[in-house]
This record gives sequence, structure tokens and C-alpha cells, in this order.
Amino acid sequence: MGFWGQWISDWLEGLGRLTLLAKDTFTSLFTFKVAWRDLLYQIYFVGVKSQSVVLITGAFTGMVLGAQTYFQFHKVKMDTATLAVVSVSMCSELGPVLTGLMVAGRVGAAIAAELGTMRVTEQIDALRTLATHPVDYLVVPRLLALHLALPLLTAESIAIGICAGYLVGVYLLGIDPIYSWYNMLRYTGTTDVAVGLLKALIFGGIVAIIGCYKGMTCGEGAEGVGRATTEAVVYSSITILITNFFLTLTLGKILHTL
Amino acid sequence: MIEVCNLEKSFGTHKILEGVSFCINKGESVVIIGRSGGGKSVLLKHLIALLKPDAGQVRIDGEDIVPLDERQLLRVRRKFGMLFQGAALFDSMTVAENISFAFRRDRSLPQDEIARKVAHVLELVDLPGIETKNPSELSGGMRKRVGLARAIVYRPQIVLYDEPTTGLDPIASDSIDKLILRVRDRLDVTSVVVTHDMRSARRLGQRILMLHEKRIYAEGTPDEIFGSRDPIVRQFVEGTSEPTAEKGILLPYE
Repeated sequence: MGFWGQWISDWLEGLGRLTLLAKDTFTSLFTFKVAWRDLLYQIYFVGVKSQSVVLITGAFTGMVLGAQTYFQFHKVKMDTATLAVVSVSMCSELGPVLTGLMVAGRVGAAIAAELGTMRVTEQIDALRTLATHPVDYLVVPRLLALHLALPLLTAESIAIGICAGYLVGVYLLGIDPIYSWYNMLRYTGTTDVAVGLLKALIFGGIVAIIGCYKGMTCGEGAEGVGRATTEAVVYSSITILITNFFLTLTLGKILHTL
Repeated sequence: MIEVCNLEKSFGTHKILEGVSFCINKGESVVIIGRSGGGKSVLLKHLIALLKPDAGQVRIDGEDIVPLDERQLLRVRRKFGMLFQGAALFDSMTVAENISFAFRRDRSLPQDEIARKVAHVLELVDLPGIETKNPSELSGGMRKRVGLARAIVYRPQIVLYDEPTTGLDPIASDSIDKLILRVRDRLDVTSVVVTHDMRSARRLGQRILMLHEKRIYAEGTPDEIFGSRDPIVRQFVEGTSEPTAEKGILLPYE
């Protein structure tokens, strides 16, 4: 088998293992009693501790989007549509995607590093000898925490992004606040918000499953943990971007036909 | 009772075990010796199904555990306790949390009963009063003792020891050996010890199995193994880099 044949074979094998982990996790969700203490700790780590990163990202994205949209719309005298563009973009695309990417960088990396270290120091094997399924103890609380935290973080990011865009547009660039606000409410539907939150829910699952998979299958030693951490971030980010495209396309079609 | 039949295991193209078969009776204390990298730990991990073989059977009390999936294995693993080479303590938990891990997961015992069991087992491994310490505050020998306490607190029927004295000074090694004997005698467990420390092997084993060239090469009581005239066995027992019989050296047991 040549280089590319081996690469494709390894890639397919990895995808198969990832699917099996997702299946195991899904089974565990319905059969296993959730340890609330572990879940609360993960929600704190994933959600509360990620807020500063997500809020800064959301705020500056809203600001730069507001400024750039204004510069373009000003040429065609559509200044008051600026906030509507910021709002729709933040709700359905930039909010969930950027929050997903930031959480993949912060939390996905931490999950892969923690589980990878546990694997190389035989702590995961020790769990198994103590009659504990690693998926129940390690994956399920992280998955639930990310499913819960990412939509909330996204909502925060959207809100602060719109507020920041409003401040830049109205107070720095001089857009009319009343018409801007009116246009924003007119062109932003509840479906935009719902799409954004649904995407965030799915991105949370992607970050959790890829982070846990990379950690639990990492190679030996410090190099193995380092590689697993990098791969968790890279693969989560790429998967989020690709999934986002298909979600936009699919949800757009579905909502268009309703 | 543990029965291993024609076990085979490879990692990639590298074959580790080939046709390994042996039997360990209830309450017996067996030591598996062999060279580093020879597959001793791999063999031990097959007994508790941490690894799946490419071929062969592992029967625990008559039940073949090879076809069982991870969830079915949880039931079988309740019969086992295992001490890992590096102790494998959960570094995010205190000593007490490590030891009581499965009790807290089961939620079957009240907190004061769990605390009593933890204190009792720490007494047994000669480390009373260290419940609140973190694993990072412990020495190598203490970590192994806590690892052993965690393995035996559930009163398993079988305890597996993966290189229990590796990396310890001779005094700490001696105390770990004594501890293993104490656990065996007080709790009446089946013990399987993997080691290349021949002093430990002689002291701990009622029977010794020697793994060599992917197979069980020799088997016998400590006296039989240490008195063997086979050059490969002698080489290992003596700790020389070449088979002693081939060099024509008069062996002390001859």
C-alpha cells in the first residue's frame, strides 16, 4: 500500500473509531447515572472559565463587522442597515462559529491534554480496572457540559457583539440610532437566533467528542500528548467550519420551504 | 481460576505473544518473569482484558472474557484489583478519593463507612493518616502502597501486580514484597506478579512462569527455577548478559 493508500486507510480507521466513541457515548447517556458533581465542575470549567475569551471575541467581531459594513454601506447611503447586517451575521454565523472555534482552542485542547496525560500514565486503564467505563466517567460529563455551555456562551457572544456593533456604529460613526434599531429588529428573525443556538449545540458535541477521542487514543509520552492536543484543536476547528457550511445550507433550505 | 489458552498478540508487525498457555489456581501466588520488553506486562493486561488478544482464550472462573465488550467486562473486573507499574493514581484526587473511587461511584455505602474502609486499608499498607494528601506529595514507594490500597479495598479475588518493585530502592522493594505477602495471607487472594526482580520472584511466588521468546519457556516452583540447569533460565536467574552454560562457567547450583 502506497503513502496515500495508507493515509486514507488510517483516516478511515480513525473515523470509524470516532464513530464508535460517539455511539458508546450516546448509549451511556441513556444507561448511566450522571455524576452531578463531575458535570457541574465541567460546566464551570467549560462555561464559566471560557467567558472572558468568548466575550472579547464577540465584542471585537461585532465592532469590526459594524465598522466594515458601515464603510461599504455608506457609499450607497444605506448606513441604517449596518446594525441589521451585524445582528444577522452574529446570530446565525459569526456568533456560533467564532465561539465554537475559541472553545475548541481553549477547552478542546485542555480535554485532549488531560485525557492524553491520563492515558500515558495508565490512569485510564486504572479506571477500567476499578470497573468504571471511561466513556461514562470521562466523556459523558464533558459532552453534556459542552452541549449546555456552548449555546449559552454563543448567546452571550451574540449579545455583546450586537451591543459593541451598535456602540461603534452609533457613537463612533454617527449612524442614526432609531432607524438602526428598527432595521435590526425588522431583519433579524427568531429563526436566525434559533439557527445560531442549534449550531452551537452541535459544535459543542464536536469539540467534546474530538477532544476526548484524541486524548483517549494519544500516542506514548510527552510528544504523544502534544500531538493529540494540537490535532484536537485543528480537527475540531476544521470540522466546525465544514459542518457550519452544511448546516447553513440545510437549515436555510428547510427554513425557506417552511 | 485463571486459564490462558494459546494466547497470541501482535502490535503492528511485531509479535509479542505466541501460543502462551498456562493456568493459575484459586488462592495461588504466581510470578511471571522475563526480560524487559518481553511481553510480561502485555500478558498481565490480557488477564483483566485491558488488552484484547489476536487469538486465544482467557477464562476467568470458566468464563471466556475475550469476546466480552467493555460494558460486559465491568462485571468481570470487579473480581480483580491491579497495582500498576507507576501506581496510576488519579492525580486530581486526594489519597482518600483515590482509594474510595469505586465506592463513591457506586453510591452504595454511606460516607462514614467509606471513610472507615479507607482508614482500615491505609493501616494495612502502613500508611495511616495520609487521607488528605495529594499523590504529588508522595514518594514512589508510598504511591505504590496507595495504589495497592486502592486495588484491595474492594476485597477482590485476584490481585495483579505489574512490576511492583521497579524503580524503588532495595529497602522500599523489600517492604513492598512484605506487603504483597501480607495482602495474600490476610485477604486470601490469588496473586499474579510480573517482575524481573529475582529476589522478589523467589520470595513472592509459589510458582514461577518464565516468558521467553513470546512463549512460556519454563515453569516451576522457585526452587526448581533457581536450581534449573537450562542455560536460558540460568542466564536470567544469574543476571548475566550471555547464557552461562555456553561459557562453561561452573554454576553455584550445579
